[in-house]
Amino acid sequence: MNDYDLFVTDVLIIGAGLAGERAAIEAASQGLNVTILSLVPPRRSHSAAAQGGMQAALGNAAMGQGDSPDVHFADTVKGSDWGCDQEVARMFVDMAPVAVREAAFWGVPWTRVTMDKRIYDGQEIHEDPKKVGLITARNFGGTAKWRTCYTADGTGHALLYTTDSMVLKLGVTVHDRVEALSLIHDGDRCYGAVARCLRTGNLRAYSARTTVIATGGYGRLYGVSTNAVINEGTGMAIALETGKVPLGNMEAVQFHPTGLVPSGILITEGARGDGGYLLDKNGYRFMPDYEPKKKELASRDVVSRRMIQHMRAGYGVDSPYGPHLWLDIRHLGAKHIETNLREITSICRKFNGIDPVHELIPVRPTQHYSMGGVRVNKHGYVYGMKNLFALGEAACWDLHGFNRLGGNSLAETIVSGKIIGEKIAEFTKDALLDVRSSLIDQHVHDQAERIEKLRAKKSGTADVFRLRHEMEEILREHVFVFRTEAALAEAVEQLHALHVRAGDLRLRGSGLGADPELSAALRLPGMVKLAYCIAKGALARTESRGSHFREDYPKRDDENWLKRTLAYWSYEKNEPVLDYEPVVITELPPGDRGYGEATSGPVQKK
Amino acid sequence: MASRELTFRILRYNPETPDVKPHLQDFHLNEEPGMTLFIVLNRLREEQDPSLRFDFVCRASICGSCGMLINGKPNLACKTLTKALPDVTTLMPLPVFKLLGDLSVDTGVWFRDVSLRTESWVHTDEVFDPDAAEEKMDNELAKEIYEAERCIECGCCIGGCATANIKPSFIGAAGINRVARFMMDPRDKRTEQEYFEVVASEDGVFGCVGLMACDDNCPVGVPLRSQLAYVRRKMAVAGWHMGRGR
Ligand SMILES: Cc1cc2nc3c(=O)[nH]c(=O)nc-3n(C[C@H](O)[C@H](O)[C@H](O)COP(=O)(O)OP(=O)(O)OC[C@H]3O[C@@H](n4cnc5c(N)ncnc54)[C@H](O)[C@@H]3O)c2cc1C
Ligand code: SF4
Ligand code: SF4
Ligand code: FES
Repeated sequence: MNDYDLFVTDVLIIGAGLAGERAAIEAASQGLNVTILSLVPPRRSHSAAAQGGMQAALGNAAMGQGDSPDVHFADTVKGSDWGCDQEVARMFVDMAPVAVREAAFWGVPWTRVTMDKRIYDGQEIHEDPKKVGLITARNFGGTAKWRTCYTADGTGHALLYTTDSMVLKLGVTVHDRVEALSLIHDGDRCYGAVARCLRTGNLRAYSARTTVIATGGYGRLYGVSTNAVINEGTGMAIALETGKVPLGNMEAVQFHPTGLVPSGILITEGARGDGGYLLDKNGYRFMPDYEPKKKELASRDVVSRRMIQHMRAGYGVDSPYGPHLWLDIRHLGAKHIETNLREITSICRKFNGIDPVHELIPVRPTQHYSMGGVRVNKHGYVYGMKNLFALGEAACWDLHGFNRLGGNSLAETIVSGKIIGEKIAEFTKDALLDVRSSLIDQHVHDQAERIEKLRAKKSGTADVFRLRHEMEEILREHVFVFRTEAALAEAVEQLHALHVRAGDLRLRGSGLGADPELSAALRLPGMVKLAYCIAKGALARTESRGSHFREDYPKRDDENWLKRTLAYWSYEKNEPVLDYEPVVITELPPGDRGYGEATSGPVQKK
Repeated sequence: MASRELTFRILRYNPETPDVKPHLQDFHLNEEPGMTLFIVLNRLREEQDPSLRFDFVCRASICGSCGMLINGKPNLACKTLTKALPDVTTLMPLPVFKLLGDLSVDTGVWFRDVSLRTESWVHTDEVFDPDAAEEKMDNELAKEIYEAERCIECGCCIGGCATANIKPSFIGAAGINRVARFMMDPRDKRTEQEYFEVVASEDGVFGCVGLMACDDNCPVGVPLRSQLAYVRRKMAVAGWHMGRGR
């Protein structure tokens, strides 16, 4: 039998971002033995990159007065284009203020209310002197009130460092530079995971009473993305590859309006929230023409579409990297830009040699967030497999439906970490650790065999990196902001061919030890499966909802499509198969979002 | 305009082949507009040598993964534009940290150890009350804490520090800055004496020789000079109080 190290734990959490760590704290505080795995040191997880902030209806800031969980609820449901689970949204909005305050208690230096003079959109803001020193909020797209709590320009960083400090304090075991390759299961129940050490390349097995997937998003499937390079969706892929677990709404992909051109680095929504404009090649501020009410701060799906629509009409700025638009924050003034938007300033200076105090920033819509993911119930329990939970961006808890509001994702990580973490603890206390060692052996053996086959280089023709770029291009070409039947059908066909070729990779190098080419080769087949699910779900959904916009079906169709896609991997058919389930509507029946194509007519030609 | 041919002289070391001594290997590449070392290294891996090891996560100078010696100076590779580099550039892994292969070093383990040794979390006996409003804090103080909190644990200040290079147990500027972050936070109830035990030693603030290479090397501009001075001052006063108490 193969050599491997075996680790035994009560709770195995795959992923050390905010979601995984917050859940770990909950389980560890209840006396359970918790082990967290991560590709990278926890503090380097992608959560650290979130700059903008997190939504919670505290209502401390003057512009947030009158806010409440109810208003937050309505914004979230409208934002989701009625695709979200309203029971989940309700739990979430009620818990968000508690989660923010708890983070403050643990040490997050949230930005506070001050009496400093501030002008917004030409009006002076008068804060309530009684609220000075409480946690303040900034404006984000798609919200009725200023609700986004933040720490200057580094909310995700501060939140992750603080959360991780609690993980340290509780003495939770963290194995960094370890990658989960597959789930150990018998088709019914999950018993842990097979993993590969990224320091040595050795295989390991983790056996656990409860296993948790908190591996974040898959942005890198698109090649150009605001996401970190480790966001390759492998956690979703290993769930899909059980053949039993469905992924929810994979066609719901968010594109952020302001990815920097050409690198795709995110320019946070804070820039528009604080009063930034979008300009076209003539220096004209075009958003008010399309969205008179919300202007630059309609929800992300709407702003992204309006931008592409405007570029298609010939108003884009030409560049060697294709057309783009401008983000203008010059009028906010040097002081504001250098403090509250410092990270933007430094990104522009470093990566584009631009000074946003005086110059325009080149931006265009860029892949940003995955609303879809491992489908779970409201307690975070995964469909189709026992003893398995999922949360964070990797999961489809379904708070976001077809469009996530800015600031609702960081909030989701720590709110669901609290709620689902507690469920995990409760569940684990009654769960047994009764795995057969032959089952573990078999799953390790399967992975060892894949690796051996790649190293032996006896067969195989496809180059790992080339295949990967082909997948990225298919998604960017055919499964982007605007979608059509013909393009999606083409994508599905091409991805099927790619899926077949991904089973036949050939390494150029030796693949020994922790070789990076081997790591990439091990990930690619799963990534292609995810891409396939995205494209197939998008082709089937003959309506437009949130970020999923079909030019051939431009209207939302509640009669036929008020339902969630569930994509399973079928080994018999060698392709994803789709199923559907109804969306839970408890409080707010489907209606008009108040922005977007349904409300405002086509733009008049200038 | 013909683009420049760039040469990258990269340290190669593979733990799988221990008999091959660490050595420098030259790679060549044509420069493109807006090219960063993130782009360079990924292209070298994809096009020339798929075994090349290095670490990037955010590629936006946020996560601290990609510290290395770029022509001898510690910096983040992802934010280094080739435009600012000469025709020949040497890339070496950061010293002090354990070398995992080529340009990849184990900064994560080093920082976790320092965080544990300095108990870098808020110490309090109070219990969180989910029904209470948050405690007020002056925004200026929140900003000050955030200034120290901004450290991304990239290790550049450690790799370039004379003391850290000869003394493996030294917590370095980043470690001392981390302690400063908690010292100024009223939510952390540790006393002067408790901090004294954590940081007032040769492994802590008194091991620092004060040449401030760290301050120049920090790629995100954490004010290390003033943070070191702050901790040293606090600890000198604490030492004096404790001496008098004896
Ligand atoms: C640039 C940017 C800015 C953002 N800004 C905001 C914002 O302002 N507000 C907001 O609400 N949201 C924002 N978001 C979204 C938000 O940051 C993320 O959705 C959220 O942080 C995800 O957290 P997570 O814990 O689910 O995943 P992550 O933080 O991505 O963590 C995933 C973890 O899983 C590990 N992992 C992955 N695969 C494996 C594997 N196979 N084996 C072992 N470990 C694995 C990784 O190492 C990592 O530790 C932003 C996103 C981006 C891209
Ligand atoms: S000032 Fe101190 S911490 Fe900074 S480089 Fe010099 S010895 Fe190291
Ligand atoms: S203080 Fe600066 S140089 Fe040192 S680890 Fe932190 S970010 Fe890097
Ligand atoms: S890759 Fe994150 S700092 Fe360079």
